[in-house]
Amino acid sequence: MSNTLKQTPKPLWKCGKCGGELKRGSVKASYLGNDFEVEELKCLNCGLVLIDEELALGKMFEVEQSLEDK
Amino acid sequence: MINTCEDSVFVWALAKFSLLAGNNFKEVGVQMEQDELKRQEDKCTQENPPACTAGCPIHVDARKLMRDIKNQDLKSALATLQKKQPFPGIIGRICDHPCENVCKRQDVGSPIAISALERYCVQDQSVKIAKVMKVPPKSQTVTVVGSGLRGLTAAYDLAKKGYKVSLFEKADRLGGNLWSFSEHQLPPEVIVEELSVLNRLNVQIELNKAINQQDLATLQKKFNVVYLGFADQSKEVLELLGQQDEVDPVTCATPITGIFSGSLIGNDSPIMAVADGRKAAVSIDRYLQGVSLTASREGEGAHGTKLFVNTKGITPLPVVPISDELGGYTAEEALQEASRCLDCQCLECVKACKYLENYGSYPKKYLRQIYNNDSIVMGMRHGNKMINSCSLCGLCAEVCPQGLDLGETCKATRESMVNKGKMPPSAHDFALRDMAFSNSDAFVLSRHQPGNNSSKYVFFPGCQLSASSPEQVEMVYAYLTEKLSGGVALMLRCCGAPADWAGEQNLYRSNLDDLVREWESLGKPKIIVACPTCHSMFRDKFPELVSLWELMADLDLPSQAIRVRGKQVAVQDACTARHEPVILDAVRNILTRQGFDIEELPYSKERTKCCGFGGLTSFANPELAKKIVEDRISESTTDYAAYCAMCRDNFASKGKRTFHLLDLLFGVNLEEASVRPSAGFSYRQENRAKLKRKLLESLWKETPPEREGAYRNINLLLNEKVQEIMEERRILIEDIQQVIEFAERTGRKFINPDNGHSLAHFRPVKVTYWVEYQAQEQGFVVLNVYSHRMEIVEESHE
Repeated sequence: MSNTLKQTPKPLWKCGKCGGELKRGSVKASYLGNDFEVEELKCLNCGLVLIDEELALGKMFEVEQSLEDK
Repeated sequence: MINTCEDSVFVWALAKFSLLAGNNFKEVGVQMEQDELKRQEDKCTQENPPACTAGCPIHVDARKLMRDIKNQDLKSALATLQKKQPFPGIIGRICDHPCENVCKRQDVGSPIAISALERYCVQDQSVKIAKVMKVPPKSQTVTVVGSGLRGLTAAYDLAKKGYKVSLFEKADRLGGNLWSFSEHQLPPEVIVEELSVLNRLNVQIELNKAINQQDLATLQKKFNVVYLGFADQSKEVLELLGQQDEVDPVTCATPITGIFSGSLIGNDSPIMAVADGRKAAVSIDRYLQGVSLTASREGEGAHGTKLFVNTKGITPLPVVPISDELGGYTAEEALQEASRCLDCQCLECVKACKYLENYGSYPKKYLRQIYNNDSIVMGMRHGNKMINSCSLCGLCAEVCPQGLDLGETCKATRESMVNKGKMPPSAHDFALRDMAFSNSDAFVLSRHQPGNNSSKYVFFPGCQLSASSPEQVEMVYAYLTEKLSGGVALMLRCCGAPADWAGEQNLYRSNLDDLVREWESLGKPKIIVACPTCHSMFRDKFPELVSLWELMADLDLPSQAIRVRGKQVAVQDACTARHEPVILDAVRNILTRQGFDIEELPYSKERTKCCGFGGLTSFANPELAKKIVEDRISESTTDYAAYCAMCRDNFASKGKRTFHLLDLLFGVNLEEASVRPSAGFSYRQENRAKLKRKLLESLWKETPPEREGAYRNINLLLNEKVQEIMEERRILIEDIQQVIEFAERTGRKFINPDNGHSLAHFRPVKVTYWVEYQAQEQGFVVLNVYSHRMEIVEESHE
């Protein structure tokens, strides 16, 4: 648990359902028949996954575009 | 394939990288066949040589030479000459320049003084001509008899190819006729220096060696090839060949195997003599390699060019005089003269079209890129966006001297992409969903005129006019029912253009089938269309079709129509009307009757420009669509008058005062109308739905059912900034309502404890929408919206 190198800033958001903290966890993503597993913030109790604006319009968008041109 | 990794950003990057890696495999059977591609490519003349190069017997790239001089790069200028000329220092001083006779500059001034400029380049002592590249020596031997320009050129060309060349000259020096030029024009030391290249190429030179018929027989035995470097039918050739002096004009071959000779009569033109020597060298090389002497030699020698050059509007300029006739051009004069060069190019379509300009090349190259993109089986299709960015408006075909329509290829390729399942979903998804809305119960309506059981006409306002100005649809319908007898039915729905443009031919056809069924159920009335795009979609499909403008041009104008005296408007013709002279005339007729003075834009009527909506450009490439609008609205400062709702909306949204013809015909507040921006995607749909409800209630006294969905009761508070983001990201009010309704009903959302904001998502279609919001008494304040197409699999722990 001594993860001092990788310090994620405390997420702004909490799960609205159970009030729990969000933790990084494995998330399955899929587009046009291509599946990926990535680490994203999620509520480990309720399964809600947070995709923030930066990711949606940044990296995720780039991957979508690349998959569309594949 | 499943990738796992700790660092999320790294995984996203890796996901992309793994897609980019790998070779591009090409498909065997592709949509556009090779010969069709070739046929299209041939129409584009941009890669054809300029007239000067084509007209030069040895194809010196004079256009490039002029660029070199303009760039003050004499080293490059000499390299340009040396690429084609065997002895630039000599040819550059004595060439009889047939290039100047065909120079396009003479259409606007006098031809470029190419010859004087060549002289300027080779006279400069400071720059040395680059060394000749040698290739590995070959064992075959060639003897050249005579060292005039024919013999010298053949010896030079063949020695450069590695053949062992011997050169026989009866005089005591090389050059023949070269010595008859004045010392001033061609100084003896230049001849000596320039011909010394033959020594460096290891040409064996034998001076004072006259060759007679007997010697020829010996040479024939000793060497693989003999070339007689004399003019055809010259005394030398007659003496040496006797009865066998017939020379093939294409190959320079004589009836005697292994002997070649000059094929041109006379020695009047130095450059023709050089070309004659070169032609023989090509044949000799082919002969020694044992390949065809005659195959594909059409391009040799001087010829015309297909390159189209538009000289309209270019200021005529006379030739720059040479101040010192003996010394030739000074550097400054040369620069000035070279700057007169038109740098001949076609690029007619590229000059006219922002899309073609945007990708930095021209149709011949684009065709190849499109073809290659469509042929890829595995690998990245980098051309997708380019193919989807064309407006399909047909302007390129209109301005192209050969009528090349790149839009046709783009459209056919889109259809091919859809058929293969390779169309990027994000390109047209929103437009197609908007079309689906217009063909849903929310908008579709088909009714005879109230009180009528049959219809002579049916008014088809189209989805975009209904979205942009629903009240005008009502007014036009009232006007038509008043002016026309026999019953005017009304049909609300989409004409299918978005599907056609997106390459979705199945969708287009099924939409058309539905439309035809409705039209048949109305008794096949004559269709009146307000939208030029609907007109273009229907023109070959329906026997009786008339545009609203054509009809109104023959009727009394509405009583509300504004009348002016001499106010100017510039007509923005719709791109889909460019081939409809009846519509183009009718619009002008109506405006003139209202008292307007019509200004024709630089690109108007059949050469009009698209507003960026055509071909779904604004969906596939919003940045380009913005450039297209900006370009078009900067053509004139006069107010524009459009008759396509999208043209009006796109221009007015960018601040260009633009009226829709209906604004002028049905008397609205013109100041407001001219600058009214587009309603935005959400309200466009809402306007259509409201139009249907209103007409059903007011005209047909029917009570339409409420639209379903609990989410519709969610009240949103949207500020201007958020509305802008919604437009840019193509997120509708309805999408936001569904997210909030879902989140509030299920509790599945995130909460920011610091400010109380909620963040929630919902995936009603193949897009996940995210909304950050805050609940207030009056409704939900929307703070931010965004979306992604990728699906995130959430395990539900409920």
